[in-house]
Amino acid sequence: MPPSFEVIGFLGIMAVSYIAAAAAALLFEDDRARRVTGLLSAAGALSGMGAAALGLAAGGSSVLELPSALPEAALEFSLDALSAAYLLLIGLVGVPAAIYSLGYGPERAVGAVDGALGRHSTGWRPARAIVPLFLLAMSLVVLANSVFTFLLFWEVMSLASYFLVIGRGDSPENLSAGRWYAGMAHAGFAAIAAALWLAAAGTEAGRFEEIRQAAGMLAPAARHAVFLLALLGFGSKAGVLPLHAWLPRAHPAAPSHVSALMSGVMLKIGMYGLLRVGLDLLGGGPPWWGGLVLALGVVSALGGILSALVENDLKRLLAYSSVENIGIIFIAVGIGLVFQSYGMAGLASMALAAALYHAINHAAFKGLLFLGSGAVLQATGTRNMEEMGGLIKRMPQTALCFLVGSTAIAALPPLNGFASEWMIFQSLLAGAAIPYPLMAAMMAIAAGTLALTGGLAAVCFVKAFGIPFLAMPRTAAAEEAREVPRTMRLGMGLLASACVLLGVLPFAAAPILSRAFFGMPGLSDTPAAFRLGLVMEAGAGASAISPTALALCLLAAGGAIPLAFRLAGSSRALRRAETWGCGRAVQSPRMEYTSTAFAEPLRRVFADLYRPAKTLDIEFHPESKYFVRSIQYQSRIRAWFEDAVYRPLFGLARPLAGTGRLIQSGSLHLYIAYIVAALLALLLLARWM
Amino acid sequence: MIPWLLEGLQCLLTLLLAPGLIGFVRLLKARLQGRRGAPLVQPYRDLAKLLDKERVVSTQASWIFHAAPFVVFASTLVASLLIPLVAAPLPFDRVGDLIVVVYLLLLGSFFLALAGLDTASPFGGMGASREMTIAALAEPTIALAIFGMGAGAGSTNLGEIVARTLAHPGSTLGSGHLMAFAALFIVMLAECGRLPVDNPATHLELTMIHEAMILEYSGPYLALVEWAAQMKFFLFLALLSNLVCPWGVAVALRPGTLGLAVAALVLKLAVLAAGIAVLETRLAKLRLFRVPELLGVSFLLALLAITSSFLVR
Repeated sequence: MPPSFEVIGFLGIMAVSYIAAAAAALLFEDDRARRVTGLLSAAGALSGMGAAALGLAAGGSSVLELPSALPEAALEFSLDALSAAYLLLIGLVGVPAAIYSLGYGPERAVGAVDGALGRHSTGWRPARAIVPLFLLAMSLVVLANSVFTFLLFWEVMSLASYFLVIGRGDSPENLSAGRWYAGMAHAGFAAIAAALWLAAAGTEAGRFEEIRQAAGMLAPAARHAVFLLALLGFGSKAGVLPLHAWLPRAHPAAPSHVSALMSGVMLKIGMYGLLRVGLDLLGGGPPWWGGLVLALGVVSALGGILSALVENDLKRLLAYSSVENIGIIFIAVGIGLVFQSYGMAGLASMALAAALYHAINHAAFKGLLFLGSGAVLQATGTRNMEEMGGLIKRMPQTALCFLVGSTAIAALPPLNGFASEWMIFQSLLAGAAIPYPLMAAMMAIAAGTLALTGGLAAVCFVKAFGIPFLAMPRTAAAEEAREVPRTMRLGMGLLASACVLLGVLPFAAAPILSRAFFGMPGLSDTPAAFRLGLVMEAGAGASAISPTALALCLLAAGGAIPLAFRLAGSSRALRRAETWGCGRAVQSPRMEYTSTAFAEPLRRVFADLYRPAKTLDIEFHPESKYFVRSIQYQSRIRAWFEDAVYRPLFGLARPLAGTGRLIQSGSLHLYIAYIVAALLALLLLARWM
Repeated sequence: MIPWLLEGLQCLLTLLLAPGLIGFVRLLKARLQGRRGAPLVQPYRDLAKLLDKERVVSTQASWIFHAAPFVVFASTLVASLLIPLVAAPLPFDRVGDLIVVVYLLLLGSFFLALAGLDTASPFGGMGASREMTIAALAEPTIALAIFGMGAGAGSTNLGEIVARTLAHPGSTLGSGHLMAFAALFIVMLAECGRLPVDNPATHLELTMIHEAMILEYSGPYLALVEWAAQMKFFLFLALLSNLVCPWGVAVALRPGTLGLAVAALVLKLAVLAAGIAVLETRLAKLRLFRVPELLGVSFLLALLAITSSFLVR
């Protein structure tokens, strides 16, 4: 059916706002450009959310085809419930990130930040113009309704984020991150393009409806190939292990509100692609599809959080934690696909809703944490946690927001991370009913891994909040930090409230979660397997929790205790004193526990996985070796796993690239000659055919 | 009305019996070691004394340090509303299940660990790091135990599990049950800071875990933290005994059955506490880096418990 006038209106406003925002960034001067671009981007994201809300309310899908000269290259969009859910997700992070960008960057522009760690490039004008285009591209990817449209905007999305990662291109770290990202994004693009073209082989114009109808006629081998290629391509965008190598490099290199968009939103576009192709277009497949996704999820969740744990760079830590969360999402998607292939429609709907719920929640808290890390970066000029400390007293509101995000990501009740992980655990538990012991045992192991991941995430985020924000400042820069501008705090505050509301009032997300998979094959349209009301029910009401009541109980208990103390007449005297230091006279930051030390026990427990390399140089006193003059200790954890996977690939690719270089002279004339030759060849081919 | 009174009763039982349970374990340990030991009421006296003292707070501390005792106490108290101590199912049964109970307790640890870092004390940081490490490594065992029980009862809600076990003892108390119990018992030792994981009676900061983390607390704050830890121990033991051996828990609400339920609870707790006292007298503390092996054993036990339950069904 054609879209309603309102939907077209909202989508039009969205596109126009984003484009105007990009234009404003190039046309206006520095300060005004920042303001106009930020506000217009926020307006664009908001109108996208408006269109999505209307689309969800209307149900079904509405298709819009733009006029075009070539039928094969027509731009065609459709808004169905799944697109609407992801459009909402884009807005959820897009709006706060745009508001945040109003205040981000001006004080410490490029170059003012010392050290290679802290270099970022918000001051660069074109970068500001690319952010709204990046948002637009992501919105159009989820709206795309044909292979051509999808691939076009997918590529625009990748290129836009690539330019945001390299920034001005004057930092070797960013350039290297950009190379990793560009390489992996394009390898992924090739896989996605191959998957979609293979699926669309028998169709006329590659419209998604046509593929949906033709998918039934595809040979099994072709179906498997489409799925595996899609998993490869979308998995590399989502950042599942071992395709995650670009992620911890690229996300920290981008400006922080872009990192928030990349981690919070773009990874989920990869998940969207997998759902769109695997579930919607292909209509699901044999159980091993889901099993493979589940296994990838388990590996990513554990590998991601283990890498995050030992990281001292705040933004890299957050990036690795995104790998973990994508893993958790993939676990849920995997169970959903498994249920679907066994014909358990209700449970499949529940697991997929849980995956989407966690995706939305992760967008909220990871977006928040990246914005928070940007605030810290702006205030202290470093991303190294060992150089921070005591920021809670200097930036109290940023600290509060960061604490909300940390509590949510550690899956602690009553915040949103807990609600979605609870649903995922319930889906795994329901998987114990699958009549094949191997699958059922896999569910149990996934449940154990999920719990270990949750526990390690709690350790990781005690560290990520505790080391930068608590105790004493470790450097002068941290000592002099001050609270960031109001707009930045507003952006973080919006996401922090989203974390609380999505957790405490899960029914707020119910309209999205219960409708997002409307009409997908093998899922139930009236999902009775779960209910998100005041009481959250899973497994057809077998298990239930009520985060709302839980939050009220916690508040009541937390309020009643001081009251009871006062009534009981307990002492209210308070004395300030130095921290106990075994008689040491002056408290110094050198005595504090460091980020490395905090993770040390787990680093030893998982030493086989980390394979840390350490050097210890002790200079003894010449008289006696019982007196030490100096000790130097160095410990490094190399991502040996990435080396093992990527080194052979590089070895293979380099000679090939060298051969390819023969035709790349860099001369414009030569390239024009190539184009003419290609055109001639195509014309001849067309004539001959 | 009566069910709500029951919730109040559970809360009160937890608040009032928890220090006594610790006093009982200490007394028993002292007797086993040939000492006379402090009387059973000593923990109550300690709490009363702490509540009357002034708070000494580090100059480095932020509001986190002030908030953490309330968070840990409140979350433990709320957990006591969700666990069927004397009756099942409770009105709050559908507010939170077993997973909520576990994560509520983790919420308390999370904030205490932050408070440990907050005062810039190396002991606090060390305790926080170790406490969180052990908590994280215990999680998979807990999850598998929940998975096993949940799969058996068809629900993770505690009232449901207890009611189902009482109704069909044969079907739920399978071969894996003993292994699941052993696994959870080890986890309890780790989570509550008992020997051989942590030594609650040590006096040296470097060997402590929980005590090192809360080293900076004093006065009413320390009372709250200590009391919350005692309640956590009480709840863990109650959970262990009522999940594995729910007989005595009141399903019908009559004064007689309720009285019986309280008596049964006290008896079960006393048996478990006696077991712990014997264990703590026999065992020495493990080195910190041997603890993961112990938790690995508990994980394997839990995994075996589940696999066996899949095999026999």
